[in-house]
Amino acid sequence: MSEKEIKNLEEIFEARIARDEKIEPKDWMPEKYRQTHIRQISQHAHSEIVGMLPEGNWITRAPSLRRKAALLAKVQDEAGHGLYLYAACETLGISREELYEQLHSGKAKYSSIFNYPTVTWADIGAIGWLVDGAAIINQVPLCNTSFGPYARAMVRVCKEESFHQRQGYEIMLTLCKGTPEQKAMAQDALNRWWWPSLMMFGPTDAESTHTEQSMKWKLKRKTNDELRQQFIDQTVPQAEILGITVPDPDLKWNEETGHYDFGEIDWEEFWQVVKGHGPCNKERMKARVGAWEEGEWVRDAAMAHAKKQQEKKVAKAS
Amino acid sequence: MEQQHLYNYILGIADNNLILGQRLGELCGHGPNLETDIALTNIALDLFGQVRSYYQYAAQILGEGATEDDVAFLRKEREYRNVLLVEQPNTHFGYVIGRQFLFDVFHYLFIEQLQHSNDETLSAIAKKAIKEVSYHKRFSGDWIKRLGDGTKESQAKMQEAIDALWPYTQELFEMNAFEKEALENQVGVNLPELKEAYDEQVGQVLQEATLKIPENPYFHKGGKEGIHTEHMGYLLSDLQYMQRTYPNMNW
Amino acid sequence: MRKEWPLWEVFVRSKNGLEHRHFGSLHAADAEMALENARDVYTRRNEGVSIWVVESKHITASNPADNGEMFEPAQSKVYRHPTFYNLPDEVKHM
Repeated sequence: MSEKEIKNLEEIFEARIARDEKIEPKDWMPEKYRQTHIRQISQHAHSEIVGMLPEGNWITRAPSLRRKAALLAKVQDEAGHGLYLYAACETLGISREELYEQLHSGKAKYSSIFNYPTVTWADIGAIGWLVDGAAIINQVPLCNTSFGPYARAMVRVCKEESFHQRQGYEIMLTLCKGTPEQKAMAQDALNRWWWPSLMMFGPTDAESTHTEQSMKWKLKRKTNDELRQQFIDQTVPQAEILGITVPDPDLKWNEETGHYDFGEIDWEEFWQVVKGHGPCNKERMKARVGAWEEGEWVRDAAMAHAKKQQEKKVAKAS
Repeated sequence: MEQQHLYNYILGIADNNLILGQRLGELCGHGPNLETDIALTNIALDLFGQVRSYYQYAAQILGEGATEDDVAFLRKEREYRNVLLVEQPNTHFGYVIGRQFLFDVFHYLFIEQLQHSNDETLSAIAKKAIKEVSYHKRFSGDWIKRLGDGTKESQAKMQEAIDALWPYTQELFEMNAFEKEALENQVGVNLPELKEAYDEQVGQVLQEATLKIPENPYFHKGGKEGIHTEHMGYLLSDLQYMQRTYPNMNW
Repeated sequence: MRKEWPLWEVFVRSKNGLEHRHFGSLHAADAEMALENARDVYTRRNEGVSIWVVESKHITASNPADNGEMFEPAQSKVYRHPTFYNLPDEVKHM
């Protein structure tokens, strides 16, 4: 194809998106669109499955049978969401195995929040409330994104995730209504998870590199800073209901803007974790790589068995 | 049947589910791939669902405001009545599937009979559980065949697991005093009677999987009387951690 | 050799009387496993009463590049639609 022809196709393509038409896998698309989507969708998928680990850390120690079942179901959902997203990514012509290789080699990124440790039971509450709360704000607009398989996966994810945040908030509420020791546990979890949750929305708009293009392709509808503000505005009153304090001395309601003002985020910490030096980066990767490597003989056996069965079938038929 | 004895009979059933569910819970997020991880977690969720029904009933018998969680979390190791099979660790995926299969076949035969218990609560729990357990048996049986009749490596690993786990199967069919009493009162299930069908079904799947039933005639038991393997204490440390560290709180 | 489990497409009937609808995809080594995985992945919340699975490679798809010749000719066949025909207002239901 000549450069001119490509340019022409690109213009038609961008016009389709501008008209709110969906792009489906077999449609022509600019290479950059494909690569950007592979990167973003797989990063999202990786976040789901790495995100299973900090919460999975408490499955065996959940304090009641009811909580144990809910947590198991939630972590299982995350596996499901990872699966939907990998499948969406695969429609762009890359295999799940290749995506795993990118994750395991450190080439692909995932949400940094999962590199923080879950040290008390209250962390399970805080993750559901704050981390899933932030994720929902990030994800809901994606139900309308331009790439059909991604949008459909997100519809399913958002529908299923509605219980996750409630599950977390209920844990926090129970702790805050409990003994002083329990309430302190909840406060401690909020103290540790608040700032990393704000970082989940990514660098400030001034620092963000992908925003303009992502807006055009409807991978993003609002900027990082807008989403972060939405999260804060929505979460602070929820903390008040719990009766615990958001760990930000600069946080205060601004009558004029109709939003909360908040303090400076520690971006140095953010970049440190993104670059692989968070408290649990190594453990998380070790767990993922370990599960994958230890599972190899199992996956191979299933394939070998399937092949044998197929051959038996063929032999019988002939 | 005396209530305290009935209580102990229920624990003998439910503790198997609890401990096996706990083992499967350890695996969540670490399975050989996503699909299998999700499937095994579903089995764990089924088992915990059944556990809650049993323990709610047991707590009701205990009275004095006891809850399912008191029953689940606040006993000493010697008071757990699960068979040794279900507490065996997730050494590798062959053990996970082997343990599951050797238990599922028994569990299905057991639940099938428990439906006819003249204890209405137990019978109702069994009627609901039978469909779940039937699926578990199918799932683990299919995997035994895949791993047994898969690659050379997988066959060796699966055989290793079966060899290691087989000595724990005899205990499933031995009756303790509560089980005998439950049987006499038509509350419980006649365990030795299940053995023939068990051997037949297990044998059939293992044969299809090109695996051998170990010839070793030595078996281990003790779980039903609360004498467990050394793995059990660590499993309980995790299970009970919150309830022991922060007693008398709501979660 | 690529040993990755093949990709399957999953179709679920959410209740009797409705058609099977495409729900998504998954990986499985064989058809039986694909069915079991589909059950656990796509019907955990009571979403279905019947599942079809088909290995993705067996699906033949039309090419979007051919959309013009494939689908546009149908656009001009307006006489296939009831609104093409004029009826007096007195005829209420037809």
